[in-house]
Amino acid sequence: MARQLIKGNEAIAEAAVRSGCRYYFGYPITPQSEIPEYMSARLSEVGGTFIQAESEISAINMVYGAAAAGGRAMTSSSSPGISLKQEGISYIAASDVPCVIVNVMRAGPGLGGIQPSQGDYFQAVKGGGHGDYKLIVYAPSSVQEAADYTYKAFDVADKYRIPVMILCDGLLGQMMEGVELPPMRDLSALPKKDWALRGWDRNGPRRIINSLRIQPDELERYIDGLYKKYDAIRQNEIEVEEYLCDDAEIILAAYGIVARICKGAILKLRKMGIKAGLIRPITLFPFPEDTFAMHAEKGSVKKFVSVELSKGQMIEDVRLAIGGKKPVAFYGRTGGNVMNEDDVASFIAGGK
Amino acid sequence: MHKIIIAGFGGQGILLMGQIMAYSAMTEGKEVSWMPSYGPEMRGGTANCAVIISEGMVASPVISRPDVLVIMNNPSLYKFIDRVEEGGTVFVNSSLVDVKVERKDVKVVYVRANEDAHELGTEKAANVYMMGAVSKVCGVISPESAHRGIEHGFSSKPKLIYLNKKIFDAAFERF
Repeated sequence: MARQLIKGNEAIAEAAVRSGCRYYFGYPITPQSEIPEYMSARLSEVGGTFIQAESEISAINMVYGAAAAGGRAMTSSSSPGISLKQEGISYIAASDVPCVIVNVMRAGPGLGGIQPSQGDYFQAVKGGGHGDYKLIVYAPSSVQEAADYTYKAFDVADKYRIPVMILCDGLLGQMMEGVELPPMRDLSALPKKDWALRGWDRNGPRRIINSLRIQPDELERYIDGLYKKYDAIRQNEIEVEEYLCDDAEIILAAYGIVARICKGAILKLRKMGIKAGLIRPITLFPFPEDTFAMHAEKGSVKKFVSVELSKGQMIEDVRLAIGGKKPVAFYGRTGGNVMNEDDVASFIAGGK
Repeated sequence: MHKIIIAGFGGQGILLMGQIMAYSAMTEGKEVSWMPSYGPEMRGGTANCAVIISEGMVASPVISRPDVLVIMNNPSLYKFIDRVEEGGTVFVNSSLVDVKVERKDVKVVYVRANEDAHELGTEKAANVYMMGAVSKVCGVISPESAHRGIEHGFSSKPKLIYLNKKIFDAAFERF
């Protein structure tokens, strides 16, 4: 199929529809408003439902309802809006309801700015809402990946009955690249959901979806079960890209659009005779710890540098993964400023 | 590989020009990226976009040093001129920009984009006229693929396709 030139936000929206998403609830916010805009026109063409909710909080709870009834449901927002959704996300996680949540990050904290950022890493990966729960978090770094991982997110969400987050930034949402879109799914071929609330037919047990477990032992058993699920996800779902790591002496760690900037920097550094490489986590949870640990063991690797659009969030997971075996430096920009490849290259070449 | 920054004010078709160039190059099988400045900007405010056209993978879509700079108004010249790579090419819309480029290490092409586009049918196509000049001088995209890009870019306004192709071709011949 021919490639199309579309924005990251549009790629996410169309890939969701092709993956079987028929329920979208959202509220506009820069820099992701193309997603609800696109969905408002597209979903009616495929018999789906689009609702511009009165708030982000009601949007996430509409997702909870639609997904509990068995539909493939999605919401999207940008950082301050994602903060508003956290209560609903915790409830959904504690109800084993699959859904997809897109965060096109902008600069925080607070209302912040509308330019790109990666300041929501902790929120996405460590649990933005209350309680012991995890999301699977994909961090695409191109418009093609934005489409591919959104498409995949619905399958993975259903497989583990878990909310899945697509974590990207305003730059990826707004930029255009050539994309080959995945095929339209046959909805009738999707796995049946024997837990979904479809109305009781007076046979068998009633299905109940609920996140209230008032007995401590019952709740602890439930949480232990959740963590068994997260262990399985760690076993099966880690995705990571290694770029020019084989002979690298300095390994950069970056995700999303920043990984692309780092690749440009690495090519420049190698021309200067500095052997740099990149580990790019594609899943932020589960985090590719073993990849970092394996390279940290190598005598040829001198240090790691985490490069982020934040004051340093993923760097904590990098440090945990390499367990003090190598020094870890940090380079980042905040406020909506984006470093370029020369900035990264001169930071590395400067030996900091 | 071409790293192109196009800059001017909102309403000049800056973003569309970049999209058409990226789309055109994509139809030639190239790898492309188009990145807009987005902000609390409106008609009359500043607008710019970064377009990368490459035979291979596009690493960073953020351009630190462009090899092609297209300047559609005065403020953009001051903002971007120092960033152009040595030996790069700067296209200046001399219809609206009343200063000369002082740098001696870049090639400068002055294009009377608004006046010439006006004479050819519509001043609104100054961006497409400029695109013709850039395509010819830098060999960024062929006229055939530019025509495909114009058809795609103006697909919601098909009446404008013929005129824009004509204006592109006129600039392509002239430079």
